Order: sequence, then C-alpha cells, then structure tokens
Amino acid sequence: MIGEAAIRAGCRFYAGYPITPQNELTEYMARSMDNIEDGTFVQAESEIAAINMVIGASMAGARAMTSSSSPGISLKQEGISFLAAQELPAVIVNTMRGGPGLGNIAPSQGDYFQATRGGGHGDYRTIVLAPDSGQELADLTRTAFEYADKYRSPVLMLADGMMGQMMEPVVFPEPIDVSLLPHKPWTLGGAEGRPSRIILSLLLNPAKQEELNWKLERKYETITREIPKAEKYMTDDAHLAVIAYGTAARIAKGAVKRVREMGLKVGLFRPITLWPYPKNDLRDLSRHIRDFLVFEMNTGQMVEDVKLSLEGKSNVHFYGRPGGTISTPDEIAKMINTLYHRQNLEEE
Amino acid sequence: MKKVFQRPRYLKKAVFHYCPGCGHSIIHRLIAEVIEELNIGEKTIGVPPAGCAVLAYDYLDVDMGEAPHGRGAAVATGLKRVLPDHIIFSYQGDGDIAAIGTAETIHAANRGENISVFFINNACYGMTGGQMAPTTLLGQESTTTPGGRRKDRDAAPIDLSEMLAIARGSVYIERTTVNSPKSIRKTKKAITKSFKIQMAGLGFSLIEILSPCPVNWKMAPVEAARWIDDEMIKTFPLKVIKDTAGKID
Amino acid sequence: MKKTVFAGFGGQGVLMMGYAFAMAVMNDGKHITYLPAYGAEMRGGTANCTVAVSDEEIFSPVASAPDYAVILSNPSLIKYESMINNGGTVFINSSLVTKEVSRDDIHIVKVPAGDMARKLRNERISNMIMLGAFVSGSQLTSMESILDALAEITKGKKATLMKSNKKGLDAGAEYVLQGV
Repeated sequence: MIGEAAIRAGCRFYAGYPITPQNELTEYMARSMDNIEDGTFVQAESEIAAINMVIGASMAGARAMTSSSSPGISLKQEGISFLAAQELPAVIVNTMRGGPGLGNIAPSQGDYFQATRGGGHGDYRTIVLAPDSGQELADLTRTAFEYADKYRSPVLMLADGMMGQMMEPVVFPEPIDVSLLPHKPWTLGGAEGRPSRIILSLLLNPAKQEELNWKLERKYETITREIPKAEKYMTDDAHLAVIAYGTAARIAKGAVKRVREMGLKVGLFRPITLWPYPKNDLRDLSRHIRDFLVFEMNTGQMVEDVKLSLEGKSNVHFYGRPGGTISTPDEIAKMINTLYHRQNLEEE
Repeated sequence: MKKVFQRPRYLKKAVFHYCPGCGHSIIHRLIAEVIEELNIGEKTIGVPPAGCAVLAYDYLDVDMGEAPHGRGAAVATGLKRVLPDHIIFSYQGDGDIAAIGTAETIHAANRGENISVFFINNACYGMTGGQMAPTTLLGQESTTTPGGRRKDRDAAPIDLSEMLAIARGSVYIERTTVNSPKSIRKTKKAITKSFKIQMAGLGFSLIEILSPCPVNWKMAPVEAARWIDDEMIKTFPLKVIKDTAGKID
Repeated sequence: MKKTVFAGFGGQGVLMMGYAFAMAVMNDGKHITYLPAYGAEMRGGTANCTVAVSDEEIFSPVASAPDYAVILSNPSLIKYESMINNGGTVFINSSLVTKEVSRDDIHIVKVPAGDMARKLRNERISNMIMLGAFVSGSQLTSMESILDALAEITKGKKATLMKSNKKGLDAGAEYVLQGV
C-alpha cells in the first residue's frame, strides 16, 4: 500500500534492505520501479547504505524513500541526522516490531521515543506520521512526501507489523505528474550556468553551527504551528478519553464503541502527527475531560507528551502491551470500564 | 607575455588549509585540471568524506554533497542513479573507505556503480591526530600503535584496492602516488582514465593515491616523500591492479 | 462482523483461499481486513490468515474468537478449536484432519476434500473444494463473487487453472448443499 502510494506521490528512488515485517514494501518497490521511467530501486547491502543512497538521491532532487523495521531504523539514524542537518527531504518508513535488541517480528510501538525525539545525534526533529488504516497509510504517504519537500526535512512514517501485513480496501490518490513538481533550487545537478553548490553539515565555526541550529529550530516552530493533526472520536460529551495512535488506536476505537453501547461516555483522541504532537487539540479536550487513558503497544512512551500537553489539568492513566502482544477491543473495553467506575465518572 | 601556469578553472580562489607537504592539495588540483580538460565541470558532482579532505568543497569549484563518514560510495550511488548523465566522484581517505565504509565501497564496486572513487591513502588517521589507519604499515608508529603496528595486536594493513579488484563490477583500479613530478603526472593520467571510463559508462573505477602526511608521520616533507618510495610501496606497490577497460579515448 | 480463520500447512493454498475470499467480499462492497500470518510463523510449516467482514468499520483485524474456521491440518485444529466462537462453524478437510473435534457448541462441517480432489484427478484443487464448501456453508459471499475474485487474482495465468478452480469450488459447494 505504501509502495503504490509512494510511487503515485512521485517517489522515484527507493533503497532498502530486507527485514521482517516490512519486506512486502521492498519487494513491491523492486517490481514497480522497473516499470517506471526514471524509477530506481536498489537493494542495498545494509540499512546504512540504503539511507545514504537516499541522501544522494535527495541531493540530486528525486523524491526518495527507504523503509525498514526497528533494528534497521536504528542503523539509519546517522543518515537521518545528516538529512536533517543538510535539510534534505526524504521519507522513511518504520514498520515497528518488538524490541529492544533483535526483539521479535510482532507489531509494536516501542520506537515512539526514537521517532519523536529525533532519533540520531544533534539538535533536530523529524516529522512523524502515524496512520491507523490502509487508507490512511496511502493518504499519509503522499502527505509525507509533500511535507518532506515543503519543509526540506526527513519525514518518518510510523507503522507496525500489523499494518505492514494487513490488507484492506484502499482508494489510492491519483498519481501526480512528477514533471509538474515545484523546482527545487538547492539540488546538485552540476554547476551549469550557475555558481557551484555545496550541501554540507560540517560547520566548524560554532557561530555558523548555532545559526543552523536556530534556523532549524525556527523551521520546527513553523511545522509545529502548521501541521499537528489528530482525530477526535466521540469526545464531545465524553468524561473519559482514550489516547492512542496507529494500530492501538484502531483497537481502542473498537473498545470505545463497545463501552458506548454500555452507556459509558467515552471517546478517543488519536494523534496522527506524533511530532509535532497535537498538543492544543488535546489541551482543548481537557476543558471537559478529567481523565485520559493512554493506550500503547509499549510501556508508556507517549505518556510524557500527553502530560506535557495537559500541563497537569487532567488525570493521565496508562495501559500498555509491549513486546508484540496485541490487545483485543474487549480487553481495552474492560480496562475503560474499570477505570470509568473507579474514577466515579458515571456521576458527572 | 604568455601565461604558462594558472589556477585551474575548477579550483576556487582559496588558500589550502592542508599542512605543508600534504598530498591533498596536489590531488585536488589534479582533479580540477582533469575536470577542466575533459570539459565536464558543469555536470560533475563530488562527494567529500569525513576526514581532512572534508573541506574539499572549499577548493573544488563543482557541486559537492557531503557524505557521512565512510558512506561516500552509497551517497554517490544515489546521485548517480538519479543523474546517470552526470559525472559523480567520491573522495575518501583510508579510514573512511577502508575501515568504516568498507561495506559501502565493496558493494558499490561489486554492483559496478558507474562512479569514480579517489582513495587517498596516507597510512594514518590524519584529521583525528595520527591514530592507526587500516592502511598503517606494520611497525609504523601511530598514537594508537605505540611501539609500532604489530600484527598480533593490530592486524596487518588491509589491501582494499586488491580486494576491490576481485569485485565483479570493478573495471579499473590503479595505485599511484604524488611524491614526485613524475608520479604526479601518472596520477593525473589515472584520474583522467577513471573519469573517461565513467563517461563511457563502463562501471566502477578507483584510484588509490599514496599521499604524504609529514605532520603525523613526524617527518619533513621531503623525508615523507622519500618514505613513500622507501617503505610504503613495499606494502602498497604502485601498479595497475585491474584494468578491463582497455584503451579509452 | 464475522471473522474467519483459514489454517493449514504452507503450500496447501491457505493464504490463497483467504485472499480470494477477502477480495470477493471487498467487491461485494463490505468492509474487510485480511491478515496473513507472517515471518517466522510463516516458515516452520504452518500457514494461516484471518479475514474480517463487516458492514461497519473494522477495528481489529485479529480474531480472538473467529466465527468460522477452515482447517486443513491437525495442528491447526488443535490451535483454533478452542478459540472458535460459541455457535461458530468449523470446516474441516477430513481427508487430512484425523483429529476429532471435542466441542459440542460449534457446528462441524467435514469435507473429504482430498479424496474428492483425487476423484476429480487434480489434487491441487482441494483448497478450492474447501473454499467452495465454506462459501456455500457460510453464505458470507456468493459463488459469483468468488469466481470473479479468482479470475482477477489469476489474471494472466493459464485459462485451465480457472477452469479447474471452478470445478473444485462447485464440488465443495455441492457437497455441503447435499449434506444440509
């Protein structure tokens, strides 16, 4: 799904290294790029090589992408830091699996910190998008390429093993005409009729480095103003809201529906951008929602962002299933039910 | 009056920061001269390394895109695949190419990526202050091989160029040096051939250039130039290691 | 919402059955998810996939209590028997599955698909026989939809393949109808 959506979004360069559970994407790109004029697929010798090929392709102006799963994404972090410093657009897909270490190949959300805090070395951020369905995977893949170009920044798509394997009907957006994409005035293409150009990240002069750091920071402030996105599901009259993203949100939605049938006033807040975090939307909810239940397929990494957003105005609870275990909507419904009554929310 | 010597068109008007007797400035100049002679300056993109030559973009007046340490061949691959009609070269030191970037280099060679790689071998880590490089000679002093490099403790130097010659995709690999006018001319020839091979679309080529590092070798420049002849070429003999391209016009 | 698990050994066409069924119900205009077992689980010999069908949005593609199970091997029966929803139905290829079902709160449809396939002189269509039996027994989609989906999936392959697939589907469906 991501592969087709990426190609329709004008992706013309893909480099990757096999790792479960995301091989379908690499294989799809191998099949598809062959049939596309100017399309390039490279099976790289490592995740490190793959991200560096993406750096080169991005310098040359192509919409470029790589993908991997957790351990492989760790290997790519050096390159992602360079992409951020050199202000190069690129899309990186992480189909998260259980970790740390080699972990397992089951769906997990254990890379939240790595994704939202930068991931590699230095003062930078990456835009992080977290789809929860096949359709949103397809739609956000296009958005990812648009953001990457617009903000000249690496964009991370955070999926998980479940989304990597599951199939469901999707309506793909119409393919774009790559030749109509806006000209990138900063790419390397040979200094024909213009002064030569350098794309670098080495700034030995601390003043210059500081300048870049503040420039990046201003960009991140703009991004933080412009793109935070979240879905609110049945939150208008809710006394309690579950906060979840990706596959966890999907399961949580099922749970919310179930407890609604039982008469509980419960909603779901689903961040779609994990960085920038949709802080303001969440804070708005805290005006009438006193209790939030964070549900993640990890040990509670998003709780920090939730607490930072709410600034102590509401109670934050957590339920998590790390390691690749998958909760059922019933299990979450039970958790909600218990919490709801413990907090005496039915009396409000 | 007829001008007999001038700055090559693709060398910026800047003073080299390199140490006295360092080979980088000579090699930069050679690359700039060849780019001018082949008239490819407007379609050449260079990939500088991490290491002393990281600042190569301050001197070479062509488009340059910096790679993370060791990843030159991978970045060059990305550039070349998107811009197949352009001339892409990476410029890498011995630590960059023969230690941390070995995998990227070997696989680029094996894929036969149509790029030119200039591998500057000075038998030490210059920028970080003279630590052992993968190409440091046995017995050679460095800050991390006190008493000289020892095979049992530090391993023997790596013959990267010979290894790359085995790779199926490599076309032309030559080891040269820049310690005398004659060897400099030879190196220029090799650089020219490498670019021509790329222009002809034949595949991966690499020139390993033995380059003096007087400061870290703790020698005077003349002494360093002599040391290449007396010692370094025993381990790294100057020769065409592989040439399946044949004569190129 | 109805969830179905297809399970057996790798190479029996288990994933194909699920995929064809998923495609058919998708073309029927329903919400569906198709979740194949993957990775290491896919290697060691067993294969399974879960298809969820619903008129509404599907929240979890995983089936903790499937309504239907199509079972092609003994280990699969052991794995899924206890999970099947109360009142659910299990379709068993009785030519291969020798183990008996011990529960009495689920419907059991035994189809000797292996023997039937041998009689039709094409052992490779036993999965189609099972699929035909399942479609006919579950009524979650129509035979026309399954045939259309299979035609789409096997597009570009030999026409004889489609013919033998249809033969298998029909045989399975007929077997169930006669039994009812």
